[in-house]
Amino acid sequence: MKTVSYLETDTLGFYGDFGGAYVPELLRENVENLDRAFRSYCFTESFERDFTSLLNDYVGRPTPLYLAKRFSEKFGCPVYFKREDLCHTGAHKINNTIGQILLAKHMGKTDIVAETGAGQHGVATATVCALMGLNCIVYMGEKDIERQAPNVQRMKMLGAKVVPATSGSKTLKDATNEAIRHWINHTDAYYLIGSVVGPHPYPEMVAYFQSVISKEIGDQLIAKTGNRNPTKVIACVGGGSNAAGAFYHYYDQPEVELIAVEAAGLGIHSGKSAATSVLGSPGVLHGSFTLLMQDLGGQVIEPHSISAGLDYPGIGPLHAHTISTGRTKSFAVTDEEALEAALECSRLEGIIPALESAHALAVLHQIALTPNDCVIINLSGRGDKDMNTYQSEIQLQTDES
Amino acid sequence: MNPFYKTLKQVSIFTQAGFPKLESLSDQLINLQESGVDFIEIGIPFSDPMADGPVIQHTSSIALENGMTLDLLFRQLTKVRDQITVPLVLMGYLNPVLQFGLGNFLGKCQELNIASLILPDLSYELYSARYAKVFQAYDVPLTFLITPATDDERVKKIATACRESFVYLVGQTSITGNGYLIDEAKQARYRELKALCGKTPLFLGFGIDSPQKRDQGFQECDGVIIGTAYLKSLAEGTSETFLENTIGLPTLIPPQKHR
Ligand SMILES: Cc1ncc(COP(=O)(O)O)c(C=O)c1O
Repeated sequence: MKTVSYLETDTLGFYGDFGGAYVPELLRENVENLDRAFRSYCFTESFERDFTSLLNDYVGRPTPLYLAKRFSEKFGCPVYFKREDLCHTGAHKINNTIGQILLAKHMGKTDIVAETGAGQHGVATATVCALMGLNCIVYMGEKDIERQAPNVQRMKMLGAKVVPATSGSKTLKDATNEAIRHWINHTDAYYLIGSVVGPHPYPEMVAYFQSVISKEIGDQLIAKTGNRNPTKVIACVGGGSNAAGAFYHYYDQPEVELIAVEAAGLGIHSGKSAATSVLGSPGVLHGSFTLLMQDLGGQVIEPHSISAGLDYPGIGPLHAHTISTGRTKSFAVTDEEALEAALECSRLEGIIPALESAHALAVLHQIALTPNDCVIINLSGRGDKDMNTYQSEIQLQTDES
Repeated sequence: MNPFYKTLKQVSIFTQAGFPKLESLSDQLINLQESGVDFIEIGIPFSDPMADGPVIQHTSSIALENGMTLDLLFRQLTKVRDQITVPLVLMGYLNPVLQFGLGNFLGKCQELNIASLILPDLSYELYSARYAKVFQAYDVPLTFLITPATDDERVKKIATACRESFVYLVGQTSITGNGYLIDEAKQARYRELKALCGKTPLFLGFGIDSPQKRDQGFQECDGVIIGTAYLKSLAEGTSETFLENTIGLPTLIPPQKHR
């Protein structure tokens, strides 16, 4: 795999100004061991073979690149959906958990710990732990346990222990704190992080495992259109793993516009938002120097999004770097716009998207498109887990109108 | 002169600025000094204290709810500063410090004669590569953490970097407030670490919750740092007894072994 400049980190793990491993000495050995194992194992033929075969036969890759005809008509240019929603367990998250579980096994680990927001990463982790016969503990914010109940049940059925995170905003940020604390207390556990966040080498590693998405997009697009490059790639950003995967091979193709979509919640400046790249400033959270939502005193602000997977006050350092250098453009979509886009996608294409992915779809209404455009939307997940929210929120809106 | 260097064993207490009340800090500093502590660590509250257990998570969030900020902390310290003669250490996660402005922060620390800073999520490597110049401009010494697992070469480097302050030994790899057993195997490693630190004082912390543990800590290290157990007693209103029992009298301290 060719390394491109935007994806390069320095020896301390910085993408430009962002990244690094801001961890207490207590985690130092863990992080160093992880880095060593990642570099010595994940670029070998044996890893490649096992990773690819699991992605193909177990996850169901390659996922289709689908030309969404009615969307294309509506927006006046070809719009393709990269169907990560068709992955086993219903989201892109499993690409990463397959990669990391192989690494964990290679390192001789038997206990896996993870955090989860929407529950998709928790399910994907519980799944690969079951597959490999490893113990699994998932920390999940108490608030998320409520709003993503089906995923909690799935994790339990798969044999994972789900532990509620009861501190702070009781969402993804706090689940991440708890998972890190667990890792400090159990240094022999493997921490299977769910996005391109956390201390180096996690952001680099997760982006690498997710890069299968853009690799496939290139191959599929050239087969369909004769051209490897679209004009725009659009993905939602919570921590940023599906976006990093969808953008990966396009970072050094300047003619491809990269569009990251964040959750504006009730509105960017409503005080109830998760639009990190607009509201955020540089700071340190969860082991890396990145953009994060914080007050003037450096206390992290509790974000809000209707979508549990985007309800995070930071973004991965790769995104902080590419957004602040202008390579990636960021947009923000409100709860309401996301709900409308979810309904639109369901009615026009017969696909119920995850609330997170609905944010990516909604941005089509915000950007200027011409017939010469060729747009890829990374449809990161399916909407099964969000049916409760859809039912109550969309019902409410039709009642009102 | 390194203010943390003494021939007698030392006890340090970690307290949380803004806990239990917004204005508690001054009285606590005076009280701790009177009860005989050798130096005091003042915790800067942070919303996401990833290396802390439930007690310090709680005191930290109460302090924030009370309205504690670095700005206010410095104002409170300025008022009480001339009444405090024991060394003062500030301890906190890096983010609030960065937002205050590292230069501003260090300037304030220098002005207030802060004896050392502990910023647990700033590693020795990051410090050396990215921040050392600023720190050196203000001449406020840093204290780095080590654990029993820290390799010998690193311990030596860290001890050299901390030669004007001390090295903080986290006695077992765990978050704060997990009292752990100090067995012979641990003592043996602490002994090695003490030797590797050379002249730089070495203090043991993160799990000292009883006079017995304190005495065990005294065996190999230059002293102990108590945080969670003290804050717990503070929350329960039993801090006076706790301090009496824990700080004890220097004459009761067992003679040094293995030196
Ligand atoms: C379907 C889906 N999309 C996106 C995300 C956001 O994560 P990331 O930004 O890492 O892709 C999640 C997280 O749970 C998710 O479940």
